[in-house]
Amino acid sequence: MTIQFNDETFRDDYSFRNSDWAIKRFPFPFHEDSYMYAVNMEQHRGGPEGSVYEKRFDVDEHYVSEMRDRAMVLADDPLRCQSLPHMTLAGWDLLELIMVSKSEDYPDLFELHRDGDTWRWVNKPLGIDDTFTFLDDTTLPYGPMEYITRQTQGDFCVLDQRDNNLWMDAGMVTTQADWSLDFDIGMNFFEWHAPVPLAHEKGIFKRALKFLLNIQQGAPARRLNWTMTVNPLLDTSPENYHKWGIQKTTLTPENIGAKQHLRVELQTFFRLPRSNALVFPIRCYLCSFQDLMTMPKWGRRLHRVVRDLPDELATYKGFIDNRPMMLDYLSQFDDGLPTSPGVWPDLETEPPLAK
Amino acid sequence: MSKFEFPPSIKSRPVYGTLEARPGKAHLMIADADGAEAILGIATPDLMAKTHIIYIPRGAAFADDLRALNPAQFYEGPSYAASVSRIRRVLQDAHMGLQVYLTGTEGLMGQAQNEAMMAGIPHTAIQTEHRGSVARRMQCVHCKGITEDVETDPFQCSHCGLNLFVRDHYSRRLAAYQGVCIDAEDPGNVPAPKGIYE
Repeated sequence: MTIQFNDETFRDDYSFRNSDWAIKRFPFPFHEDSYMYAVNMEQHRGGPEGSVYEKRFDVDEHYVSEMRDRAMVLADDPLRCQSLPHMTLAGWDLLELIMVSKSEDYPDLFELHRDGDTWRWVNKPLGIDDTFTFLDDTTLPYGPMEYITRQTQGDFCVLDQRDNNLWMDAGMVTTQADWSLDFDIGMNFFEWHAPVPLAHEKGIFKRALKFLLNIQQGAPARRLNWTMTVNPLLDTSPENYHKWGIQKTTLTPENIGAKQHLRVELQTFFRLPRSNALVFPIRCYLCSFQDLMTMPKWGRRLHRVVRDLPDELATYKGFIDNRPMMLDYLSQFDDGLPTSPGVWPDLETEPPLAK
Repeated sequence: MSKFEFPPSIKSRPVYGTLEARPGKAHLMIADADGAEAILGIATPDLMAKTHIIYIPRGAAFADDLRALNPAQFYEGPSYAASVSRIRRVLQDAHMGLQVYLTGTEGLMGQAQNEAMMAGIPHTAIQTEHRGSVARRMQCVHCKGITEDVETDPFQCSHCGLNLFVRDHYSRRLAAYQGVCIDAEDPGNVPAPKGIYE
């Protein structure tokens, strides 16, 4: 299918909107009526047609506008993209992975023509047609990681693997859930996750690390994570928290349906062939509460998840103060009926709201 | 002087040990203030004959005691900033097997460790022992400015003036803890500062 790209903003007037298509394919993260941290990994080898899981790097209607927002973030703060000196090869690995994947998965949007080391990359949505020499940094306008991630939705962490650990040694991070690449760069897996509550004690990170260290070429994995964001703001960085934090206090019972967004991260993990690094794309999807409520199952379930979430998690995810107002809103969409297992909306089989 | 027991914390927060003399043909000891006492505690004539001591007194009165140990080399610096080019020069000349000992405040140990890491020494091979002030070196996540010797939480960023709360999240690369705006969601509502470990 051909994608109609939106012309929209993720700041100031927040003209971001999800089409009906985007709502239907939103990666709702709760497979049951409650939530607790889990490793919850699965293979990333496609998914239902049209879903965000189908392609290796999902491209959707927000692509062009997200890339414009990324360029603005980088112009304000170039430290959002950093790569330690030993990570350049991994950057080329990543460039190759994305160019090959996108040109195969979206041949109408992206083309890659390879003649030995001379590569021509055509990105039609962004109007790019560049020829360069593979593995020669001087032939690109940016380093290889920055070049390709300025053209790919989602944040990217490029992890070096050594000493039985993963090290956050490079990244492009402009749509993050409140963590700083500039601060965390160079940390190992346990260190950059240090501020997360409860999960260390549950052994989540030890198990996740064991899994990730063994990811093989051609066998990527994925999982979902989520948080809450007031307004469709992509750049919820700690760097700018003193500017956007106040927006959390602007919710009212009248505007919460439109302003409060569920923020879902589709996290994928790919082994890179030359560097043996692991790339960890973190793709952010936003959906307003009122759009989510158009799926009766999601309405019932989101109310129950938010209501029963442990206080530590609601605090860590930054919405403990707004939780009572969220519950007042969400409870209107919970009639107490049971929900079907799994994340899909099941519109044809789930009953409409009975209240 | 008794050592401060840091409370248990998150996994990015550094953990310090107790210095011990290790075998090796060259030893680099970098200390500030009360860190001198940790060196005095392990010094032997044999060890000192192979040791370069870099000491920043910061008002403490141990320089003469250290000099009296007769280390192979002794340098007394007025500040860390004044000493860092010497530290880099010494590390540049270091041979495989150099033993590195860091002791004193967290800011001193963190910054010197970073220099050693940049010279190729794994951080896990560097000995540390905390002595003296428990003040922290903090980076403001907003303006990126670093404030030395922060003793209270919250504190005001010495660069941009925001009121920051003191996190335990720590970056070895920056040798700093992270400070984050405390009143972003309620401007002006800043609790009275208290000692970080009170």
